Order: sequence, then C-alpha cells, then structure tokens
Amino acid sequence: MKLDVIDRLAWFGRSGLDFLQSLGRSGVFLFLAIFSRSGFTGRGALLIQQLYNVGLLSLIIVTVSGLFIGMVLGLQGYTILVHYGSEGAVGQLVALSLVRELGPVVTALLFAGRAGSALTAEIGLMKATEQLSSMEMIGVDPLKRIIAPRFWAGVISMPLLAIIFNVVGIFGGAFVGIDWLGIYEGSFWSGIQQSVDFIDDIGNGVVKSLVFGIVVTWIAVFQGYDATSTSEGISRATTRTVVYSSLAVLGLDFILTAVMFSGL
Amino acid sequence: MRTRTLEIGVGAFMLLGMLALVIMAIQVSGLSLKSAGKTYELLAYFDNVGSLRPRAKIAMAGVTIGQVKAVDLDKDTYTAKVVMAINQQVDNIPIDSTASIVTAGLLGEQYISISIGGDEAFLREGERFEDTQSALILEELIGKFLLGAVRQSG
Repeated sequence: MKLDVIDRLAWFGRSGLDFLQSLGRSGVFLFLAIFSRSGFTGRGALLIQQLYNVGLLSLIIVTVSGLFIGMVLGLQGYTILVHYGSEGAVGQLVALSLVRELGPVVTALLFAGRAGSALTAEIGLMKATEQLSSMEMIGVDPLKRIIAPRFWAGVISMPLLAIIFNVVGIFGGAFVGIDWLGIYEGSFWSGIQQSVDFIDDIGNGVVKSLVFGIVVTWIAVFQGYDATSTSEGISRATTRTVVYSSLAVLGLDFILTAVMFSGL
Repeated sequence: MRTRTLEIGVGAFMLLGMLALVIMAIQVSGLSLKSAGKTYELLAYFDNVGSLRPRAKIAMAGVTIGQVKAVDLDKDTYTAKVVMAINQQVDNIPIDSTASIVTAGLLGEQYISISIGGDEAFLREGERFEDTQSALILEELIGKFLLGAVRQSG
C-alpha cells in the first residue's frame, strides 16, 4: 500500500521531469531554427513555398468560417438586443467580439487544425523516412532548410489570416444585420466606429494573433521534429500538435485578455 | 513557371491581408486622416458624469464637433473634471454656453451636448464651461419619484 503511493509519487516526478525536458528541448530547437547563422539569404524561394502551403491554402477555410461566425453573431445579437430596442448595438457586439477575441482565437484553432497538423505530419514523415538525417549527412542543416522557413511562414501568415477573418466576419454580420434583419445602416457602422479603437482593439488583436502564430507553429514543427519514427509515432505527434496548440491558444488568450483589456 | 504562380499567389495573399487591415482601420475603427486635424481643449466640471468615458462624442445641435479626452476626479472640489477636444473650426462657442451630459436613446451611451449661450466672447484653449449639467442617473430619478409619491399619499 505504502509502496503504491511512492510509486505514484515517482510517476509524478518522472512525468514532470519529462515535461521539463521536452520544454527545454523545444526551446533550444526554436532558438536554433530562428537564430541559425546565414539566416535567410538565398532561401526566399523556400519561404514562398511555405507561405503558399501554410497561408494561402488556409485562406478558404478561414474566410468561410469567418463569414459564418460573423453572420451567427449578428443573428444571435439581434434576437437578444431587439427586446431592449437597442438593435443598433448589434454592429458593436459583432465587431468587438470578433476583433478582440473570436478573430485571433478561432483563426488560431483553425490554423492549428489545417496548417499545424500538416506541418507535423510532413516533418514527421521526413524524419521517419530518414530524409532529415540524410540532409545532415550531406552537410545541409535541416533546421535551416526545413524548419526555419516553415516556422516563419506560420508566424507571418497567422496575423494576416486573423485580420482577413475579422473583416469577413464583420461584413457577414453587416449582411445579416442590415440586409436581412433591417437594422439601420448608419447606426450599425457608426456604433462600430465609436466603440472600436485602432490601437487598443485592432492592434491588440493583431498582437494576439502574432503570439498565437508563434506558439502554434512552434508546437507543430517541434512535434514533427520530435516524433517517434514510426507511423504510430507520426499519428501521435499530429494529435499532440492539435491538442497542445488548442490548449495553449485558449490558455494564452485568457492571459493576454487579462493583460490587454482589463483596463477597458 | 511554377515558382511564378506560387509567388503571385503568395503576393495576392499578402496584399489581401494588408487590404483587410486598411479596411479595418477606416471602416471599423473610423480612423481617418481628416479627423486627426487640429483641436483645442476645453474643460468642464460636473457633479456626476454617470458613465461618460473617454472618446465619447461632443455634439452641438446634434452634430459631432469633438470628443472627450479624459475624465478625472478633481480632488479639491470633489467634482469630475472632463477634458474635451473640440475641432479647431468650431472656435466660436460663447463663454456662457452650457455643457450637459445626455444619453443617446434610453440605454444608449452618454455624450456631451453643448447648448449655445448669448455672450459675445468666445471660449479659448484651456478655459472652462461655467455652466454644466450632470448626467441623469435613472436610479436617483426613480428614488426621487418614489419619495414624492410617498409624501403625497402621507
């Protein structure tokens, strides 16, 4: 009985140490990928390819989700606010919730599912088929050639995707509110313009999406690079990417919101 | 050829993102180069500002002529000090004008409305409105009304 408790304690300690170890490894990994010497010179083509894979190909799912989320917000906001005769505030509701929270968070979740899992699977398979070690063998640093362009592509794409999500969502809300439910157009847009501040709301939203972009891409490339070299290992790494990055995004969002918007 | 299409696609994506940022700036946050024009500051002291906040509009005859810059407590007089930024074009507000805090609609946001006085002298940068009207607090009104009703029946 007593041994059982000690076993459990040991298990806790071991998993804590494992966690610390993988955190440390991923930190070193990130550092090496970003600050490896020679950097980007002559590697523009690699970055373009990854921007295409990570950014442009995620554009469709982000636009469509943004449109529907904006429309649902408009519809829900209207059905509640119309009871209080203040359906003019629907625009404000849609714009603020999209710009401050839903835009960065939902885009990051979609991004983790659409681009993050693909990155992990791709890098994991490269590792399993020993492409990475062959690269090292011929003197090419896989961190520079494979990881760095993917990481930067994710960091650049995320804020762009989030902003596009916001704009499409707000216009979706405007479409439902103005054209379908008949809210007066002037009060819809002026309500938005009075309540949304460029630095405090939009700027902070962009900072949020940048942070999410860094975290999600970091997790995705590290999980791929760190995957066990079996088909099962790749599948587990892909799952971990989506789970970890979703949790990290939601948790970080709470902290960032508490720091950014507590005074507003 | 293949890299060319890739680059065009990525370029379009980047352009779309920047365009979206511009739309956000102009259409959503109402940022425009025109409104960054010159303003001058006027002060007003209120007994109670209600829920007036910075960036609330200041209107004269229903037309927006500026916005609230800051709302602070004046420790010496225990009143609320409101700093207003008024557009430079509107430089002829008589010194006996009244600044009152009103509500847009029943539950709308509060803003400052300026009613014109008759004096020939105009308010200058940094001067204050002598005549102010505080925000209407719904609870106080109801309280007064109830008290009046009790007194009448008693």
